[in-house]
Amino acid sequence: MENLYSLTAHELKKKIDSEGLAPSGILDSLIKRIESVDKKIKAFVSLNKGASVLSKERRGKLYGIPVLVKDNICVKGEETTCASRILKGFKPPYDATVIKRLKDEGAVLIGKSNMDEFAFGSSCETSCYGPTRNPWDTDRIPGGSSGGSAAAVASDQTILALGSDTGGSIRQPASLCGVVGLKPTYGRVSRYGLIAFASSLDQIGPITKDVTDTALVMNVIAGYDEMDSTCVDMPVPDYTKSLVKDVKGLRIGVPKEYFIEGIDTEVEAGVRGSIDLLRDLGARIVEITLPHTQYAVSTYYIVAPAEASSNLARFDGVQYGFRAQDAKDLVDMYIKTRSKGFGNEAKRRILLGTYCLCAGYYDAYYLKAQKVRTKIKEDFDKAFKLCDLIATPTTPTPAFRIGEKTLDPLSMYLSDIFTISANLAGLPAISIPCGFSKNSLPIGLHMLAKPFDEETLLRAAYTFEQNTDYHKRKPGL
Amino acid sequence: MKRLYEAVIGLEVHLQLETETKAFCGCSTEFGKSPNSHTCPVCLGFPGSLPVLNEKAFLYSIKVALALNCKIQDTIKFDRKNYYYPDLPKNFQISQFDMPLSYDGFVDVISGGREAGKRVHIKRVHLEEDAGKLIHPSCASYSLVDFNRAGMPLLEIVTEPDINSPEEAYNYLTALKSILQYLRVSDCNMEKGSLRCDANISIRKAGEKELGVKVEVKNMNSFRWVREALSFEIGRQTSLAEAGERIIQETRLWDAQKFVTVSMRSKEEAHDYRYFPEPDLVPFIVDKNIIEDIRKALPELPDARADRFVKDYGLSEYDARVLTGQVDLADYFEECARIYANKKTLANWINGDIAAQMNARNVNILSLGIEPKDLAELLKMIDDQSISGKIAKDVLAEMIETKKRAGEIVSSKGLSQISDKGEIEKTVLDVLAKNERSVSDYKGGKKTAITFLVGQVMKQTRGKANPAMVNDMLKKHLGE
Repeated sequence: MENLYSLTAHELKKKIDSEGLAPSGILDSLIKRIESVDKKIKAFVSLNKGASVLSKERRGKLYGIPVLVKDNICVKGEETTCASRILKGFKPPYDATVIKRLKDEGAVLIGKSNMDEFAFGSSCETSCYGPTRNPWDTDRIPGGSSGGSAAAVASDQTILALGSDTGGSIRQPASLCGVVGLKPTYGRVSRYGLIAFASSLDQIGPITKDVTDTALVMNVIAGYDEMDSTCVDMPVPDYTKSLVKDVKGLRIGVPKEYFIEGIDTEVEAGVRGSIDLLRDLGARIVEITLPHTQYAVSTYYIVAPAEASSNLARFDGVQYGFRAQDAKDLVDMYIKTRSKGFGNEAKRRILLGTYCLCAGYYDAYYLKAQKVRTKIKEDFDKAFKLCDLIATPTTPTPAFRIGEKTLDPLSMYLSDIFTISANLAGLPAISIPCGFSKNSLPIGLHMLAKPFDEETLLRAAYTFEQNTDYHKRKPGL
Repeated sequence: MKRLYEAVIGLEVHLQLETETKAFCGCSTEFGKSPNSHTCPVCLGFPGSLPVLNEKAFLYSIKVALALNCKIQDTIKFDRKNYYYPDLPKNFQISQFDMPLSYDGFVDVISGGREAGKRVHIKRVHLEEDAGKLIHPSCASYSLVDFNRAGMPLLEIVTEPDINSPEEAYNYLTALKSILQYLRVSDCNMEKGSLRCDANISIRKAGEKELGVKVEVKNMNSFRWVREALSFEIGRQTSLAEAGERIIQETRLWDAQKFVTVSMRSKEEAHDYRYFPEPDLVPFIVDKNIIEDIRKALPELPDARADRFVKDYGLSEYDARVLTGQVDLADYFEECARIYANKKTLANWINGDIAAQMNARNVNILSLGIEPKDLAELLKMIDDQSISGKIAKDVLAEMIETKKRAGEIVSSKGLSQISDKGEIEKTVLDVLAKNERSVSDYKGGKKTAITFLVGQVMKQTRGKANPAMVNDMLKKHLGE
């Protein structure tokens, strides 16, 4: 008998719909899997063994399908900590909009996944719960910040997962764990209930075993929400209609700036080979230029920490979460609470962001970064006149070793070098498995599209997937 | 004596807009409810919550801006003002920094006689959210926070430094409050904190162009305290200047008990608010038609209404200004005027006895409980000589106390004016007989003695005799 936990959502949906499979069977299978595997992976920060379908009356689009939720997305009554000490014990009194939509469609929320503290990181090592491990090599990082979600999907500990992506936090771990991760267009999915890292960059998206499942999740979570002013009121297409095995005539731009020195040769070979495959399948390959690419990381590391410094100001011990007990007065309470509550990377980013916003530095840093951000956006506008999609590597290297970059924040920041621009420009972008290194570490193909053109992304990704079997390979655990 | 120093004053008014719901969430703005009962994840600043602008608060802001003759910004954007305080749930306030929703307006301050005709320029009007309230229980080692007020829409109205005296400041605030009440966007109640005022004040040698060192004064919760605090500050700063001492840039608090301002923090301790654009609210362009619609729908404002009262009702400038100073009072006057013909008498009564009754009871015209038709009835009884003007004052007080109509009170207490010739003559003769001394004084040329005699007649008739008839009758019997 095949293991239910190893199936995709669309496969399980078929079994539920036509074979009368009960959701509890899927859950039982998953819980057994989690109990035997997660000791090695540590993808979960909380497991809801008693999870069940909440909308009993009707069969929704994800009826009975388990979903793992990144720990920065609010689930009513469930501890939501952003993997930070400062939010220990915080149980949101409300559901994030995406959670409400998942529940309404019959999804089963099986737990919360590990992440870098407040999504600050690319390796899942800054979590207050300790690191999550890469299922393909447990000495290595799963990527981050949605590392728990990606590792759980890769190790068959969940069927679907949600992540959030501020600079690559869905796509980079998806790439390093060999699964599919989509960052939707900024404004496509409601951010209401996503604990903000950088409000102008954050976006919730799916991490799944294949592209079809990504389309299924998008059909549920995408769409206007009056609770989020940045959410765009545009019709939501049926994304499963984009699952077409055809890229003929599709113009795929390859930016010369993305195949830089320092990129891992196996990664480069894998990605170039994938682009060749798309060409062989009928796509037209166009060389394009994105001249401001080199400024993306520095721009990001001004805008994102600046917003974060303000977004994280509310964690002060007054209303919820952790409060230091030995404070002499108000200021002492603030200082002790935040000193003990935040980890080093959070402190680093708060300091950086606070500095950038200070009177006298604002123009030189924040304002200038916003101007460069506009330039980066314009690069893409120009490029998309020549092509429909842009293809690049997702990450410069496969998964690195745990501890390898923790003492060198700058090299850690560079692991998002290819993913950050999509956030700065608000574009949709996907990472799909496109090969393996000699050491059997997954390599990801990264594709970007015009704003609100997730459909083209899905079509290209689906076509690629249907012509390869990288997504079918499973780590030996 | 020539004044050596002149004061330069700018005022910042914070106005709570009277919307049903808060500025960025759906919570009620009702005042005085139990602590933290009007809160939600958004106004509590819970992680993951996001603000959504209350359209009504925005439209009210535009209404105020237009009434203050301001220009409206093409693109509306909000900023975050970052600072830590326990009453500020997110530790930043959503406000507007470099692009206030409106700017460059003015208020003409005409009331206040001596300083008539002053134009105070409005530098900016912007929309922001209010903070919660700290409660410090006595003898406790902790403080409590009530977030009911957090997220209430607050309009900040900032003047240019156009004001030169505490009196002008007082008059500007009075004129501003009057306009704001006409717009019906706020109850403007300073005790409830729905209207608050801070002042910036400096002094300079008369005739100098350059501004002196600015001191900010806070904690003045009435217009009177603004006037007193500014007077104190002018005195304090002038003494320092005269003594050759330096005035330092600082924030001072008005102490209404001691009648002084005390230093709160110096410029060096001032916050760096690290303003930056609020990424959770998308900038938007205001539809010009919406602005024009609001402009067209603006009510008649106090100055225009006062002019009309002079023209249409023949009132004095003074009476018209007093009546139109408060929108409810002006409305009341006009309602009465519709059913009562003698407008001057009406104005005298409203500005006189009615105003006195409101002051004595510390209520406004609406809660005084005298319906326009009831006042008209009372005044008509004077006109047709059913009661004397003096009796009418007592009847008015009785009406307020008992909620009874004038006619009822007059008939049940037998207060009808005595206009019967025979009855009056009888009393007159009686009084003349009892007061021979006054009679002879009068006849000896001391004509004022008649006042005493009138008084005696009124006393015997318990004020009910028709005074004009009494006067005539007395003169007749005194041989004139």
